Amino acid sequence: MAIIEANPAGAPSQRLALEAGDTPAKPFGVFARPTTSQGGWKSWLTSVDHKRIGIMYGIGSLFFFIVGGSEALLIRAQLARPDQKLLSADLYNQVYTMHGVTMVFLVVMPMAAAFANYLLPLQIGARDVAFPRLNAFSFWAWLAGSLFFNSAWFLGGGADGGWFNYAPNSGVLFSRSHGIDFYAIGLLITGIASLVSAVNLIVTVLNLRAPGLTWFKLPIFTWMTLVTQFLLLFALPVITVALFLLMFDRLFGSNFFDAANGGDPLLWQHLFWIFGHPEVYIMILPSFGIVSEIIPVFSRKPIFGYPFMVFSGIAIGFMGWGVWAHHMFASGMGPMSVTAFSLSTMFIAVPTGVKILNWLATMWGGRIKFTVPMMFAIGLVTMFTIGGLSGVSHAFAPADTQQTDTYYIVAHFHYVLFGGALLGLFAGFYFWWPKAFGYMLSESIGKWHFWVTLVGFNLTFGPMHVLGLQGMSRRYWTYSADQGFSMWNMVATIGAFMIAVGLLIFFANVVISHRAYKKNPVDIGADPWDARSLEWMIPSPVPEYNFDEVPEVTELDEFWHRKYGHTEDGRLVRIAETEDVVQKAGATGIHLPSPSYWPIVLSAGFPFVGYGLIFDYWWAVPGAVLMVAGILGWILEPSTDPEAGHDHDDHGHDDHDGDHAALDAGTDSPAELDAGDATPVLAGTAAGSEESTE
Amino acid sequence: MTETLTAPAAEHEAHGHDDHGHPPTNTGISNEKLGMWVFLGSECLMFGGLISTYMLYKNRPGAIESVRGRVVESSSLKPSDLFDIPFTSVSSFVLLASSLTMVLAVTAAQRNEMSRMRVWLGSTAALGSLFIGGQVYEFTTFLNEGLGFTTNVASSAFFTLTGFHGVHVTIGILMLVITIAMSLRGRIPVSRAESVEIVGLYWHFVDVVWILIFTIIYLIK
Repeated sequence: MAIIEANPAGAPSQRLALEAGDTPAKPFGVFARPTTSQGGWKSWLTSVDHKRIGIMYGIGSLFFFIVGGSEALLIRAQLARPDQKLLSADLYNQVYTMHGVTMVFLVVMPMAAAFANYLLPLQIGARDVAFPRLNAFSFWAWLAGSLFFNSAWFLGGGADGGWFNYAPNSGVLFSRSHGIDFYAIGLLITGIASLVSAVNLIVTVLNLRAPGLTWFKLPIFTWMTLVTQFLLLFALPVITVALFLLMFDRLFGSNFFDAANGGDPLLWQHLFWIFGHPEVYIMILPSFGIVSEIIPVFSRKPIFGYPFMVFSGIAIGFMGWGVWAHHMFASGMGPMSVTAFSLSTMFIAVPTGVKILNWLATMWGGRIKFTVPMMFAIGLVTMFTIGGLSGVSHAFAPADTQQTDTYYIVAHFHYVLFGGALLGLFAGFYFWWPKAFGYMLSESIGKWHFWVTLVGFNLTFGPMHVLGLQGMSRRYWTYSADQGFSMWNMVATIGAFMIAVGLLIFFANVVISHRAYKKNPVDIGADPWDARSLEWMIPSPVPEYNFDEVPEVTELDEFWHRKYGHTEDGRLVRIAETEDVVQKAGATGIHLPSPSYWPIVLSAGFPFVGYGLIFDYWWAVPGAVLMVAGILGWILEPSTDPEAGHDHDDHGHDDHDGDHAALDAGTDSPAELDAGDATPVLAGTAAGSEESTE
Repeated sequence: MTETLTAPAAEHEAHGHDDHGHPPTNTGISNEKLGMWVFLGSECLMFGGLISTYMLYKNRPGAIESVRGRVVESSSLKPSDLFDIPFTSVSSFVLLASSLTMVLAVTAAQRNEMSRMRVWLGSTAALGSLFIGGQVYEFTTFLNEGLGFTTNVASSAFFTLTGFHGVHVTIGILMLVITIAMSLRGRIPVSRAESVEIVGLYWHFVDVVWILIFTIIYLIK
């Protein structure tokens, strides 16, 4: 861990100086090191704070949600009526490909990364991730790759081979624009970002848990994120190989996937889906973790069958590697393979079913509060179940060969990815928004958001089951009126625009709730939901250093058990007031990793290398210069600046009890509002509901 | 490559503080070392994918003739037709020897014998460079014999696999050189001997991968 807690007896500045050697403050005499992590927008560029990086991931993923959503609306507008000519066939190919890739790699994955970055250190009682600068690098590299990928729109057209980009359509012969080159190189760059992030978060969970926080006291979200990172760790190198081979085929004239020249198109399919099937669990498991946090809080019961939840998540992680070829039943790989992958696909439904039943059992008999996060969470449970069931129907190879590449498949994966992953992520937005920003999102507007989205979602994707079984192929550019697809396509288009309205309601909610908070800044306190895990024990928004004092953990749901106990006959009683349990943001002299320029400098080099490969090798020169400068600067710079933060720290006393000492750097946290004495507005509500439990 | 500040483990060892009474990392392994192990786990699948690709394509040189009906002169040439086993055995031995010098460098670093460490690191880098030189020679020979990157899928798969390994060795050499340079500037005190060990982990991994490649690609018919 790169963070050193102030040692009351020691002299940290000397200690650090000794550690780091005679580091020049200006590594190349070019840049002075950024001195503070606070301040205006510039400080975000150099920040290594996991919370800021999480927020930037969130903003980035919402931006690309608008991009990918607009592409979806173009698709639906084109298909609304028979014989539409809104988009050309070529442009339609680009739009659905860019929509798919954007939604998978630039929306769902980074949105899950936003929660992982923000919450993982908080849930395990850490001050930051294991490698804070690598964390910043992950974000900037992801952003660089995402912008690079989308720049294809302005440089000759987007990728047009579908998100899984099968050969031979991915070859130069069938796709002459550079779109698929942007696909290959863009995904390689975002892959580097995800791989670095996976290493970082795995080490964080393995190494930086608070004292007493053993494996079976970890919150489910942390568990599911850990499984996800392991899946990323082992799945990304496989797609990396596939993308390199594709790039060599297209740019350097090899023939890995060209059957006419001895290559094997099935190799791409295998490599892609060995990555691609773990990828679907990479997208859904974080949401499973999020709703596993939310449902217990609003049912006021601990999660039912905690060990089953953990082990089913791990089981999904393992079994996810043995089902990839169910995407390829139509490829003619032989009855033995088909049988084996059919069976494994049926089996993987079991751990998923365990999770669904456990969520139901958690709600069973609970005092359910239908807050917006809870509604989104229940939305996930129901919609994912529908998607999961249509998924089981793909396990039956004879049925699947009929369904392959029809709208039935499109319906299925949107039910699990939108109805599953995205509803869960939006549940997370509503649930943790107060923790990150210090104000609640409006419940009433949020309910509009939920219902409009849910109805719109079912109108869009429900009819696609029918269309698919009627035989509508998923890549149809248009259709004629006599094919019988007209009515349900129109319904789906109406639904898609409802989803868009739902998203606009969400953004309106953010703006309106923020304005209301600016006008009347009420302090919501650390724990507005009367929640269970460690992140609710610290003020909202979270101070830069997270915990005044790293808590000693003795129980699963540690924070809950500090608030509530049981009487002898097993009834729930409050044993401590929330305000007495939560931390007060009163710590001083905690040393945090210093901000750094090098992550963003290094990341900025990647797109230039990409343009160099595609257009003219000279473009790679500035890219290489940036990358070499970034790496060397990084190596020569200690992760904590020995010069920083020692002038006005008071190392004289080890003040963890929060006597409201002013923070040495002004933060945007409410510390100066004297958080300790302010009564959390919602604490009354929470206490009231607690009484009703008894 | 790795975060430059040491982990609490090294921090605590180096200064003898134990202000919280709990192990500084849960596993007892520093973040940097654990991070390298985790990363190498990922690398296994990358080389797994590349080796599988080669295995799939290694006997597919003639497809160009059969499908397109035109004769491409070198199309029947396979990488395995050109393998020079004695030469590659020698260069494999050179790379293996570099693992020994790497171990000696780590031991020297842990004993605070910094100049000796630099000698061994330098030897490791030199042996690695010798191996890369051998690879360049091998590739050049193949090209002169008419087996280029795009000759057929077998040659593409061969050059991709061995090329990726060569790039990994080259990155390792750069890490060694940077470590020597930092040590010369006094930036690697004994308290940070672990960073040498972490570079060593990477180096040994690359060697082990070569043993696999040499066995599977060169020795097995």
